[in-house]
Amino acid sequence: MADSKDVPLVLGIETSCDETGVGIVAGTTLLADAIASSVDEHARFGGVVPEVASRAHLEAMVPTIERALKEAGVSARDLDGIAVTAGPGLAGALLVGVSAAKAYAYALGKPLYGVNHLASHICVDQLEHGPLPEPTMALLVSGGHSSLLLSSDITSDVRPMGATIDDAAGEAFDKIARVLNLGFPGGPVIDRYAKEGDPRAIAFPRGLTGPRDPAYDFSFSGLKTSVARWIEAKRAAGEEVPVRDVAASFQEAVVDVLTRKAVRACKDEGVDHLMIGGGVAANTRLRALAQERCEAAGIRLRVPRPKLCTDNGAMVAALGAEMVARNRAPSDWELSADSSLPVTDPHVPGHGHSHGHSHSHDHVHEVSKGNLYT
Amino acid sequence: MLLLALDTATPAVTVALHDGTAVVAASSQVDARRHGELLLPAVDRVLAEAGTGLDAVTGVVVGIGPGPYTGLRVGLMTADTFGLALGVPVHGVCTLDGLAYAAEVDEGPFVVATDARRKEVYWARYSDSRTRVTEPSVDRPADIADQVAGLPAVGAGALLYPETFPEARGPEHVSAAALAALAAERLAAGVELPVPRPLYLRRPDAQVPKNYKVVTPK
Ligand SMILES: [Zn+2]
Repeated sequence: MADSKDVPLVLGIETSCDETGVGIVAGTTLLADAIASSVDEHARFGGVVPEVASRAHLEAMVPTIERALKEAGVSARDLDGIAVTAGPGLAGALLVGVSAAKAYAYALGKPLYGVNHLASHICVDQLEHGPLPEPTMALLVSGGHSSLLLSSDITSDVRPMGATIDDAAGEAFDKIARVLNLGFPGGPVIDRYAKEGDPRAIAFPRGLTGPRDPAYDFSFSGLKTSVARWIEAKRAAGEEVPVRDVAASFQEAVVDVLTRKAVRACKDEGVDHLMIGGGVAANTRLRALAQERCEAAGIRLRVPRPKLCTDNGAMVAALGAEMVARNRAPSDWELSADSSLPVTDPHVPGHGHSHGHSHSHDHVHEVSKGNLYT
Repeated sequence: MLLLALDTATPAVTVALHDGTAVVAASSQVDARRHGELLLPAVDRVLAEAGTGLDAVTGVVVGIGPGPYTGLRVGLMTADTFGLALGVPVHGVCTLDGLAYAAEVDEGPFVVATDARRKEVYWARYSDSRTRVTEPSVDRPADIADQVAGLPAVGAGALLYPETFPEARGPEHVSAAALAALAAERLAAGVELPVPRPLYLRRPDAQVPKNYKVVTPK
């Protein structure tokens, strides 16, 4: 690690889904976190339309870079490197960010670091709580992914412990909110109603928690169906749906499984730190239950503020700065976007450089390939 | 004057340097699937061949399409970002105009057509190599047969559909050298070139892939 006067100043670009994010960090200090989102353009389609997202990234990129530089009060000339999400994510959307990062790094004469979106979600916590403990267990939960990852060095070693085999946790929140007519996005509104409800009112199923089920994988599809059926049965019987109790009981089922499995993974692996990231990390019950269970198990919990949990450029810059600090090989000018970049590749080093670990590109994925995104 | 020109709106990844009088160095590779990988190394090669660096460039010229979107954006995003980093102007040139210019047709009228995939072509009519007389559009060849009947046609889109374009000829793809020469000529004549915004000509497919972030109407 460089000394405090010489921490790497890195600009990070994130375009894996619908947020155009540009962040600037100095080592583990956040200087700027500029975001442009195309979320409203996708709303009428019911999901992120890749071509709409890609078009929006192209329009937003230059103004967002300018905004980040202004916010950070630094000159592009002073940067020590440019980092960019190389994958996983939407191929066309990623390519816009990668093209911008390559051109920017080349024009400024700075090294380029193509990095992994999931490793960035973990590394962002350095901006909030200082250097990551090694090893760190990370629970990433959002509208696009639900994964349990173990990292002994965020620049070179990220090991998938488990992942969702069907829906992402955030997806389940959105769908249940829709069934309850609570609007979008589902996470915050369910959280709000749940506070006034009884989490033990209805016993909704805990997916993949049987003795023979995989210890660290998740499943939320069965829960989703079960909650929807319960609501429909009430409606069919002409009874009022107890929205607060349903929200509380559903939410409890999700966060119970997430925290139970995360804590178990920490214990099994002898890890005394748990990091939680992704948009669902904003959920107050998830934070509270994780805190409670971690305390009981002697595990220290680290959860960044909500704005750093959702997709942003600062997380990419944070991982880029770590790559610079640890002398990882920069990427080549041939760097391409890889929509299915394996979680085990924290970055995409250039050919002809030596680097700390093997990165055979065998595309060994998490259990659920479809949920690697966002 | 030193113009860096690039175009990724056709299967060609093409880069050229132009000093205001002539093309200094150029590179063209045809690989429709690897625009993102090939463009930056090509820029680096062209600059090295000319014995100069990017900071000597006084303006960027980029093909704004029409062209298949994913590849088209690589060139536009690269040009935009060069402009930001270098503080130089970025000029847009219609990719079909570059092809028309390279075709060196003195006596018109003629047609330029590129492959728009999905059995369609991007096309426009020209009265000579420097003068486009219709807005670029995207159509099925059979639907424009009447409008292009009897006219010579240039470009891969024309070569693909001989029934509509019996008098088709090359060049197949645009070259940045032609794009740069055309831009240099127009700039010298005091013509203002358009801002580099993509010519998509089609609305995005509203297809939401499975397992991506769910967004529902408010
Ligand atoms: Zn994400």
